[in-house]
Amino acid sequence: MSSWRTRLLPPLLAIVFAVILTAIALIISGADPLQAYGTMIGQLFKGSTAVDTVNLATVYYLSGLAVAIGFQMNLFNIGVEGQYRFAAIVTAIIGGALRLPPVIHVLAILVVAVASGMLYAAIPAVLKVTRGVSEVISTIMLNAIVGGIVAFLVNADQFGVQTGNNIATREIAETGRIPGIPILSGELFGFVFIAALIGAAYWFMLNRTRFGFELKASGESTTAAAAGGVNAKKMTLIAMLLSGGVAGLVAMPELLGRDFSYGITSTQMYGFTGIAVALLGRNHPAGIALGALLWAFLDRSAVSLEQINVSKEIATIMQGVIVLSVVIAYEIVRRADLAAEQRRVGRALAGKGSSVSEGGAV
Amino acid sequence: MTTNVLSPDTSGATMPVKPPKRRIPGWLKGAIWGLLAVGVLAIASYATGVNTLTSTNTAHTALRLALPILLCALGGLWAERAGVINIGLEGMMILGTWGAAWGAYHGGVWAGLISAVVFGALGGLLHAVATVTFNVNHIVSGVAINLLGLGVAKYLANLVFTPLSGNPRQSPPVPKFDTYSATFLSDWLSDLERMQRVFVSDLAGILNGLVTEVAPLTMIAIALVPLSYLVLWRTRFGLRLRSCGENPVAAESLGVNVYLHKYVAMIISGGLAGMGGASLVLLAGGADYLENQTNNRGYIGLAAMIFGNWRPGGLLGGAALFGYADGLQLAGGGTAVLALLYGAVILLAVLVAVQLFRRQWIASALGVVGAGLLYAIYWTNDDLPSDLIPYTAHFVTLIVLAVASQRLRPPKADGALYRRGED
Repeated sequence: MSSWRTRLLPPLLAIVFAVILTAIALIISGADPLQAYGTMIGQLFKGSTAVDTVNLATVYYLSGLAVAIGFQMNLFNIGVEGQYRFAAIVTAIIGGALRLPPVIHVLAILVVAVASGMLYAAIPAVLKVTRGVSEVISTIMLNAIVGGIVAFLVNADQFGVQTGNNIATREIAETGRIPGIPILSGELFGFVFIAALIGAAYWFMLNRTRFGFELKASGESTTAAAAGGVNAKKMTLIAMLLSGGVAGLVAMPELLGRDFSYGITSTQMYGFTGIAVALLGRNHPAGIALGALLWAFLDRSAVSLEQINVSKEIATIMQGVIVLSVVIAYEIVRRADLAAEQRRVGRALAGKGSSVSEGGAV
Repeated sequence: MTTNVLSPDTSGATMPVKPPKRRIPGWLKGAIWGLLAVGVLAIASYATGVNTLTSTNTAHTALRLALPILLCALGGLWAERAGVINIGLEGMMILGTWGAAWGAYHGGVWAGLISAVVFGALGGLLHAVATVTFNVNHIVSGVAINLLGLGVAKYLANLVFTPLSGNPRQSPPVPKFDTYSATFLSDWLSDLERMQRVFVSDLAGILNGLVTEVAPLTMIAIALVPLSYLVLWRTRFGLRLRSCGENPVAAESLGVNVYLHKYVAMIISGGLAGMGGASLVLLAGGADYLENQTNNRGYIGLAAMIFGNWRPGGLLGGAALFGYADGLQLAGGGTAVLALLYGAVILLAVLVAVQLFRRQWIASALGVVGAGLLYAIYWTNDDLPSDLIPYTAHFVTLIVLAVASQRLRPPKADGALYRRGED
């Protein structure tokens, strides 16, 4: 039923639309759009940009998966941002304090990351299930609060270590790091493979297990699922915790592969990017991967725009336009498909038995 | 005429159980809650010796900080009464801050206000196009608008403000609204406040903060609350608009143009959010356009509206609560917030007494546990960590939603996707 047209056309339409719209914005601001796009694409082949793009896409991929798990159940886990930052600071502190043999250290860190992500996701989950608080509002509040928690924990009075001008957690020892793979002039995160594994597990869980079926069913219709014996509240709780668990891993590629410590100046906003990436990829693991790569490409190569005196915020606008137009494009294509299907059925019915096969193909 | 035909339907939708017997009118209830709050604060400030709880300065700051929240809450009210969830308030507000700074820089404060409203309304219009015409999920569209609003404001600031201020994250200084004081009243209130009588002086301090140095924008914003009530609940247009939020199919069958009403509601909603952005930029004491200055206030406004049960009077209370929490931490810091905890313990004690009277044993037990916990925090700490103090309003939002959210009744078709001619 879902042909290549319904799957691939909308994102392509959205990207084309975004490119045209940003081109107009560029022309208005007096820049040459062709030169700007050329510079962005050219940047991909310079230095370590390509490897950096894949590295960043790994982070976005995990974030997108975390959001997608919630989306499957019609839960808007806007809180991936808060959950991943909470997990990052907790994991960085515990990982820095632990002294364990090589592989066990890494595993322990990952377990802590997942657990702390779940813990922070448990707050909105419990509030929603027991008190009916909209998860959108509560997670947004928790996203803001996490900024205070990070600042508080990183403070030198608590767990922070001052190095030069920067204050951050204690560095994670050599044993707790995940080695990278040197490619070209950059270094690919070893976490890329773990992320791919999680993507495969996500696909398997949704499409090959009973739990995945129940999750999707209660997302489609709570009442229908309840009639089939699915406890919607339990599913909400589990989906939110799973989402938070994956969110806990979002910061790990950078923490274990590049930074080894977490501080105030560490990157943020990965959680919000995850929402966009999940929307772009329609919650499908392969789609999310493509979305993450596109997003990472826009972010990484936008820097090069400064060379030709174009504001790099143009990439942010492009991203916003893509998100909005991709959902609209899906709706338009869906309606067109529906109309085409109705026509086909109508024709089949009019032509009686002669074209049953055509009608049956619907 | 249409009003008469329509009213049985909506009243049926709003009153599924039984018509509530109102022993006390809404405005009196609000006044009682307000006096109770002042009373609790008075006792807390007397018992802890922290005068900032009810000082003129706190009230004044709270009023300034409550405005953006109030305006966003009103924006949320208009949207959700028409059946559109508006998470995009934050993005529309960001557009409003840029519009305000740009308009005010070139044409004075009033031009700034108008341009902020126009920019916010454009955001609202975009949300309407996505959700009403294209049936996009309301939250998805809202999140996208927040991204887009931030991106557009950053881009425009970079383009327009960098040559003027040399800083892409900030606008050049913009003119602010003149302020007016009710001098006669405020002198008398200041005298009262200085007398340090329990309750009377506290009430005087808070009132004094509300009547000194008031900007026209503040008056407009507060006047918009009763105005929204009158338009939404006392006019034919308002009834039709609300019917779109309760049961759009029924409204359509009675000849209401649902799309049109939703569009109008969204444009007004966006305009109000934009005005909320203007109140961050154009009031004396606030910053000029500054990147990330909205700081989730759009979402807090939405929470205030939910807290207020989708009613203008209730959301005024919610905005006052969050504005007060924000103003208090700004004016008094950690010690003041600790004193507020003490106040919360008193309030909980009152609520527990009410619950015991009603024989709600579990609720009162939970109340006792909560009060004990808060009192323990108050007793063991002299100050709260300064890193967490700025998030007082966020904590209050979470706690208030957790405590208050089960007796709420959102519009019935809030967030529902609707297409003309489909059931």
